[in-house]
Amino acid sequence: MFVTAAYAQSTTTEGAETHDAAAGEVHTETGVAHEGGHGSGVFPPFDTSTFASQLLWLAITFGLFYLLMSKVVMPRIGGILETRNDTIARDLDDASRSKAEADAAIAAYEQELTAAKAKGNAIASTAREAAKAKATADRTAVEVSLNNKISAAEARIADIKTKALADVGAIAEETATAVVEQLIGGKVSKAEIASAVKASAK
Amino acid sequence: MAGDKVDPVHQFVVNKIIPIEIGGIDFSFTNASLFMVATLVVATCFLYFTTSTRSLVPGRMQSVSEISYEFIASMLREGAGSHGMKFFPMVFSLFMFILTANMLGMVPYFFTVTSQIVVTFALALFVIGTVLFYGFYKHGLGFLNVFVPSGVPGILLPLVIAIEVISFLSRPISLSVRLFANMLAGHITLKVFAGFVASLGTLGALGIGGAILPLIMTVALTGLNSSCPSSRPMSLRC
Repeated sequence: MFVTAAYAQSTTTEGAETHDAAAGEVHTETGVAHEGGHGSGVFPPFDTSTFASQLLWLAITFGLFYLLMSKVVMPRIGGILETRNDTIARDLDDASRSKAEADAAIAAYEQELTAAKAKGNAIASTAREAAKAKATADRTAVEVSLNNKISAAEARIADIKTKALADVGAIAEETATAVVEQLIGGKVSKAEIASAVKASAK
Repeated sequence: MAGDKVDPVHQFVVNKIIPIEIGGIDFSFTNASLFMVATLVVATCFLYFTTSTRSLVPGRMQSVSEISYEFIASMLREGAGSHGMKFFPMVFSLFMFILTANMLGMVPYFFTVTSQIVVTFALALFVIGTVLFYGFYKHGLGFLNVFVPSGVPGILLPLVIAIEVISFLSRPISLSVRLFANMLAGHITLKVFAGFVASLGTLGALGIGGAILPLIMTVALTGLNSSCPSSRPMSLRC
């Protein structure tokens, strides 16, 4: 319609050039014929004669595509992704469990170490205490025996001293008796001499 | 025909390959049908064979499939919450189908399925139809509450409801036209620039020199159009 209107306009304005107009007519006619060869001569996407076929085939292909996607492809891709996520989650779980185990092992080790240290300290201090006690006991025993010896020695010294002192009296009496006998030639009673010695010793 | 070469609309013409007619309606197997089947085969084979090893550590191709899957899943979960995941197969199929159709359309001499408004409109209607069906199935007439925003003064309510209804009804149109127009315009532009290259190339040395500019444009547009198809499927998002 538009083409023919344009043609009509061109023929009225350029009526003199009939040859050109004729050429134009031929050209437009071939153009129409060319378009008409494909269908009703409209712009192809708006050619309603092809709509039914396109809709049918779209329905068939898209329907089939939908089925294939929803039944085959999507479960498969979803399965792959799910498996991957599961694997990652499981690996992470394993890792965290291993870490927990390692932590527990470290804690147990630390605990045992502490216990062993405590035990070692206890043994050491017991030994030290025992040694100290033994040393004290030994020292006490030595001191006691020394004291005994000292006191025994002192007793003996005192005894000897007493004896000696007693001997001193007897010697003095003998000496005095002898001295008196020599000096005066007479006999003096023992009792007198003894009292005299005693009096001079005081 | 020389005009055929640079006719940018020629690529959208639907040709019958195997004529089929049922009940007076033309259901012929056309080049559009052929590329729908190709889309189906290519997308399915890619997704099927790249994931066939089910590797725990994915290769490149398996990664592509997995990333598509996870991308669409996260997009849907963000947009519709975990309740929306029951539509995941539908959204995934739509996304992959449109993406593959668009990518196939980038190959020279290949037909672009999504450049046909009837295809994009049918897909958009399918989505909106699913939303409507599921909405009424799940909430009954209470589904109509989506047209009544809360906290709107009573006087404005009729106006707001009218706007909501119109926007809801226009959504399939806007979605389908967006995809269709993108595909159409992209391919026409590409074809026009590529046509310049061919036409100028026949004009001798000067023409070949002059053809460099449209050639660069063609390369750039091919890159642009190749990156666009991946965003196009998102247009069908509600």
